[in-house]
Amino acid sequence: MPFSFFSLPKFLTLAAIFILAPLLHAQEKPYFVTYSTDLEEPGNLEIAFNGIAAAPKGANTFSSHTLELEYGATAWWTAELYAQAQSTANDSTVSTGFRFENRFKPLPREYWFTPALYIEYEQVSDADKSLLEITGNDGIDKLRAANAESRKTIAHTMEGKLLLSSNMRGWNLSENFIAEKNMNNDPWEFGYAVAASRPLALAGGVSRCTLCRQNFAVGAEIYGGLGTRHAFGFHDTSHYLGPTVNFRIPNGPTVSFSPQFGLSDNSVGTLWRFKVAYEVQQIRDLLNANLTHAKEVR
Amino acid sequence: MKNHLPILLLMSGLAVLPLAGYAQTGNSDSSKFDGKWLRRVPDEDHARHSPFAGQPAAAAAGKLIFAENCAKCHGAEANGRTTPPARPSLRSERIRHATDGDISWLLRNGNPYKGMPPWSSLPEQQRWQVIAFLRTLPPAK
Repeated sequence: MPFSFFSLPKFLTLAAIFILAPLLHAQEKPYFVTYSTDLEEPGNLEIAFNGIAAAPKGANTFSSHTLELEYGATAWWTAELYAQAQSTANDSTVSTGFRFENRFKPLPREYWFTPALYIEYEQVSDADKSLLEITGNDGIDKLRAANAESRKTIAHTMEGKLLLSSNMRGWNLSENFIAEKNMNNDPWEFGYAVAASRPLALAGGVSRCTLCRQNFAVGAEIYGGLGTRHAFGFHDTSHYLGPTVNFRIPNGPTVSFSPQFGLSDNSVGTLWRFKVAYEVQQIRDLLNANLTHAKEVR
Repeated sequence: MKNHLPILLLMSGLAVLPLAGYAQTGNSDSSKFDGKWLRRVPDEDHARHSPFAGQPAAAAAGKLIFAENCAKCHGAEANGRTTPPARPSLRSERIRHATDGDISWLLRNGNPYKGMPPWSSLPEQQRWQVIAFLRTLPPAK
């Protein structure tokens, strides 16, 4: 009997897991730009929708949408794929590209400042408005261009981040240092992101409940650009600061929200960010079971 | 060639993902659960006592936290798994003889190269509650 991975029963099984999985859940920090050093648990797949909406001064209102697929390859390595698009009022809706990143935890234990390394390849057009990070002199001017023009320029970029996290008395403090190199011979660009958060309750309750305080986390996030190799610093850069909150629905998704406020003339006044993340647990075991079954059939 | 580079990078990255997952199953020998992590626990952590020791309410809360975070790998009854990929039982003699401080250290730091992720993102009280629940489990048969 030939091996057919996508036979109907298996397809239905996979579909049922995605749609009905009783263990769907996600442990998320309420951060939108900052990465903590928490990696995806090995074998788990997180599916997230990350959205942003804003009405920049002198530009059309826009919303940007990013689909994120995050997979825990091992306990020390997580890989993630992003697919991005944006819609601009009085203009158009366009796909803006993709990103592929890997995060590694090189040290086998936790420290006061636990480090992790982040390496990303991006292929995104200038029409990208996801603001997943701010580097160099990224600012409001970039958001004013018409999609028809900006989508013509596609940047191939490598990006590295040093991620640091501390967990103390229920608080998480995370710091990111970002270095980005456009492979079209542009100079290195730099950025930063810092965030802190804490659950509203640290201990678990004795019964299941949806609106328990431990299911909510609150915090704040600040991030921005640090110029380029030739002009390092805050001059002509954009920065944002805002409170963040998330709600982890038991056996369901995690919903995050944050209004973020521009801190410089080069920033958008207010960014409205929201995110919904689902975690499909131990999807690897399911795939392995299928492969084992296929071998037995052979 | 320049135009193909991103596609090659993406495809190679995607190809690595299932390989990484499958490589884990190759390491399915339960002998890898050798307890060597216990040697890395500092004396200070080894001697720590659970603030929730012997508290039934903490164990009840820990049971819920365990079901949500730990059961997917270690099983709903914490018996682990012997079929690939193997996962250690938490009712074993090793866990029963480990101090609360030892297990607390393991939950905080994990044992990443043996497949156990750190749970430092879980508040410390909840980690102690999980330990309180583990202490209520009977030994493996």
